[in-house]
Amino acid sequence: MKVTLWGTRGSLPTPGPETARYGGNTSCVQVVGADGRVLVLDAGTGIRRLGAALPIDIPRIDILLTHLHMDHLQGLGFFRPLRTRGVQVHIWGPASVLLSLRARLARYLSPPLFPVVLRELECDLTLHQVPAQEIRIGNFRITAQLICHPDPTVGFRIVEGNASLTYMPDHEPALGSRDFSVPRDWVSGYGLARGADLLIHDAQYTQSEYAQRVGWGHSAMTQTVQFATLAGVKQLVFFHHDPSHSDRDLDRMFAEVLEQTNPSITVSPAMEGDTFDLR
Amino acid sequence: MVQKEIEVILARHLASYLATPIFIVDPEGNLLYYNEYAEAILGYRFNETGEMPVSEWGTIFQPMDKHGIPLSAEKLPLVMALESKHPTSGTICIRGLDNVLRQIEIFAFPLIGQANRFLGAIAIFWEADER
Ligand SMILES: [Zn+2]
Ligand SMILES: [Zn+2]
Repeated sequence: MKVTLWGTRGSLPTPGPETARYGGNTSCVQVVGADGRVLVLDAGTGIRRLGAALPIDIPRIDILLTHLHMDHLQGLGFFRPLRTRGVQVHIWGPASVLLSLRARLARYLSPPLFPVVLRELECDLTLHQVPAQEIRIGNFRITAQLICHPDPTVGFRIVEGNASLTYMPDHEPALGSRDFSVPRDWVSGYGLARGADLLIHDAQYTQSEYAQRVGWGHSAMTQTVQFATLAGVKQLVFFHHDPSHSDRDLDRMFAEVLEQTNPSITVSPAMEGDTFDLR
Repeated sequence: MVQKEIEVILARHLASYLATPIFIVDPEGNLLYYNEYAEAILGYRFNETGEMPVSEWGTIFQPMDKHGIPLSAEKLPLVMALESKHPTSGTICIRGLDNVLRQIEIFAFPLIGQANRFLGAIAIFWEADER
């Protein structure tokens, strides 16, 4: 499968010269299978450019939403396939205890936040609630599991053949595990990440920023390295950059974390446009 | 199971910070966790006992009624909450490792998570003469 990052920023779109290199668009990742089938992970603002780059006659798209915080949803109304007649769009995402996924999505896709309501979209739309049994989409086998982040939030593990990708853009595994001092099976997200070829994971803060934001649902870069090492992943990508971090801040943070943790796995900070070939 | 469900992980995390004795079991009744305050009342440390099936923890604390008659596991409030999927309360006596007989009040409730997933049950308890 081929993985492309279309939005790497967390919390708020952050355009501007000081963030141009790592990118200012919020969470959106494209996964293309060996048979050409397309998955889209989250619908942050990065999804608009992705929509424009897809062939107009694409028959089906599956959008997998980790949760419905605005930075993972804001681009949805601007995703061209949703406004294209004849395209099958499947959206997978978490319901809450009392509201269906449809009702929760409609809170954003309706006035006054958005001029068009869900039922007026031209595509052929189907909604699916997660977590559920293993999802099969073409050759993809997908597991969704609830993880530690405020409001119902899932992470995804996507497997095609021997290749595996785990996507957890908003995740605070340190919160429920006392900094990973508990057995692995008590660490949020461990089951999804275990042995993955590529882990795309929240790394929003420095250690001192995290200390001021415990319980907000995000991770410090050092914690993300600890988590990825614990899970035995092969490659780690730091994702969901904080809006206050410029490209220069991120360069510096990344260099410091490499020095502090000396990771045994391949680590890189997510940059808009990055691609990964997993096989 | 590769990993505990997030609601169970968060329940343990909360319990580990509370000054109220708490017991957490999975849907089969296996004891997954009890916190520091519970350790003090039960006379056992979680790190020593680890996870235990109901057949084990249901007898290890020698539960009995107020008259000293041993209680079978299915009479324990936690097991009743698990089986009925409704909150349950009750008073029982236990004898921990320290051999002290204690009367404890128990409130137990089923742990039902997102998408109505049944994940186990939680018991909160305290010594009856204590408060
Ligand atoms: Zn986010
Ligand atoms: Zn979020």
